[in-house]
Amino acid sequence: MNASAIIRLKDVSVAYQKDLVLTKINLQIDEGEFVTVLGPNGAGKTTLLTTINGLGRIRGGEVWIFGIRLTPSRAGEIRKEIGYVPQILNLDPRMPIRVRDVVRIGRFGKVGLIHRLSSRDEDIVDEVMALTGIKDFSLRPIGHLSGGELQKVQIARALAQEPRILLLDEPTSNLDLRAQYELLDLIEQIYLERSITIVFVTHILSHIPPSSSRLLLMKRGKITFDGPRGRALQRNRIGDLYGIPDHDLPL
Amino acid sequence: MGFPITIFHYKFLLRAIFASILGGLGCGMIGVWIILARIPFVGVAMSHAAFAGAITGLLFGLNPLLMAILFALIASGLIGPVAERADLDPNISLGIIFSILLGIAFLGMGLLHGPKTEALNFIWGNILLLSDSDLLSLLIIVLVILLILILFFKEIMAVLFHREIARSVGIPERSIFYLLITLAGLTVALSLNTIGGLLIFSLIINPPSAAYQLTYDLKQMFFLSGLFGVISCLFGLLFSYLFNTPTGAVIIITSSVIFGIALIFSPKR
Ligand SMILES: Nc1ncnc2c1ncn2[C@@H]1O[C@H](COP(=O)(O)OP(=O)(O)O)[C@@H](O)[C@H]1O
Ligand SMILES: [Mg+2]
Repeated sequence: MNASAIIRLKDVSVAYQKDLVLTKINLQIDEGEFVTVLGPNGAGKTTLLTTINGLGRIRGGEVWIFGIRLTPSRAGEIRKEIGYVPQILNLDPRMPIRVRDVVRIGRFGKVGLIHRLSSRDEDIVDEVMALTGIKDFSLRPIGHLSGGELQKVQIARALAQEPRILLLDEPTSNLDLRAQYELLDLIEQIYLERSITIVFVTHILSHIPPSSSRLLLMKRGKITFDGPRGRALQRNRIGDLYGIPDHDLPL
Repeated sequence: MGFPITIFHYKFLLRAIFASILGGLGCGMIGVWIILARIPFVGVAMSHAAFAGAITGLLFGLNPLLMAILFALIASGLIGPVAERADLDPNISLGIIFSILLGIAFLGMGLLHGPKTEALNFIWGNILLLSDSDLLSLLIIVLVILLILILFFKEIMAVLFHREIARSVGIPERSIFYLLITLAGLTVALSLNTIGGLLIFSLIINPPSAAYQLTYDLKQMFFLSGLFGVISCLFGLLFSYLFNTPTGAVIIITSSVIFGIALIFSPKR
């Protein structure tokens, strides 16, 4: 065991009702790594992310983040340092909240109860909005955005936390080609400029970001492969992962 | 009915005007989070818990208002955890709680001896028969709501935007959510003899629904919803004073008309 790992899962199991969704997961991620989690729908990818930021409830095992044991009482503090972009947002188009306020939410945890955002906080909000290219629609109602715009806002909100870890749950899955390309580009840029530890989830082979050198393959609640990208993306492995014949794969 | 206006009448009318303003404001503001969190049944469950409490109080010779508050608080404590259960739609489980409470309330009504005027007041409300302590408790709850809105506005905004995201940025989301539900329960309990347990649901739902049609700004939505609540209550009072109509009924009709107008002029359609 490497004690300096920024994320460490030891024999972690998670269950909803009776079924185990994660089974005895062991995982270590070092600071600054860019890890992609690949696997079919229902494999437990989302559950893995919510285990890391303490939103999910674990049944067994230990989660250590920043070298601190994740417990319900410590989860709040730890989460302030973890940016999380959840998979699907079903927003009412009439939601009375505007884009900039959604990005500001990223500062709310860090600022703490009762305190107002300082001018430094507002500067951080402006800066991440510029980085993600959403300044032009900062006053638009959040429910009026396209899928790609909404994902950028989500990423901006997560970055506003100035997080040490960024968890991205299928940010590219429901976007058109151009928006996919833009978003992957943005994520690359964030990784290269800010050296944040990133865990990126997708079920789509072609969406693995170029800078992500380490891949986790997940199937039915287990990590079936953990290693360098080149070795992960072999026909037999991917065919096995998705349960389709190797020769049909577009690799 | 109101002529000639004696000092005695004047005092009751003044109280009723204050109660209308406070009740409309309180219900209008808590309605915003009931609507945005999409838990309309919380309003129903709360009003029936409070109503069952009041009837229980009458039945056992206890202070009905205190019992209404107690029942509403217990309901708040139940609703939060029930709403957390992922395997059951909260609106369904709350529907179950609400029907049990309604059963208790009507059972209690049946067991009451003598005239049921006081019990009926908790169903229909009677804004013209309020005591000073009724008014004071309404004032306190409205001030508490305003204070909490001012102190925790950013947390409330985050929770109403998306509960999971609010939690993920490190906001104590559960505490905030439970606080909002508890405030809703207290407001409902304290408005029971003003607006009535049966009609309060509309006063919680209609003003914020109207405001929801008109603005993309959360602060404005709170403001408009409170305003619509006050207008509805004052209208109801005016009509009942002039034409001796039931106050609650006119409150509901007014708030529904406001909603209809908002829908017509909504930029969101
Ligand atoms: N809240 C929940 N309640 C019950 N089962 C759930 C819940 N969330 C996820 N699951 C189940 O857990 C399994 C893993 O889900 P998830 O982590 O979302 O997978 P993935 O993100 O890889 O598609 C799935 O079989 C899913 O049906
Ligand atoms: Mg998922």
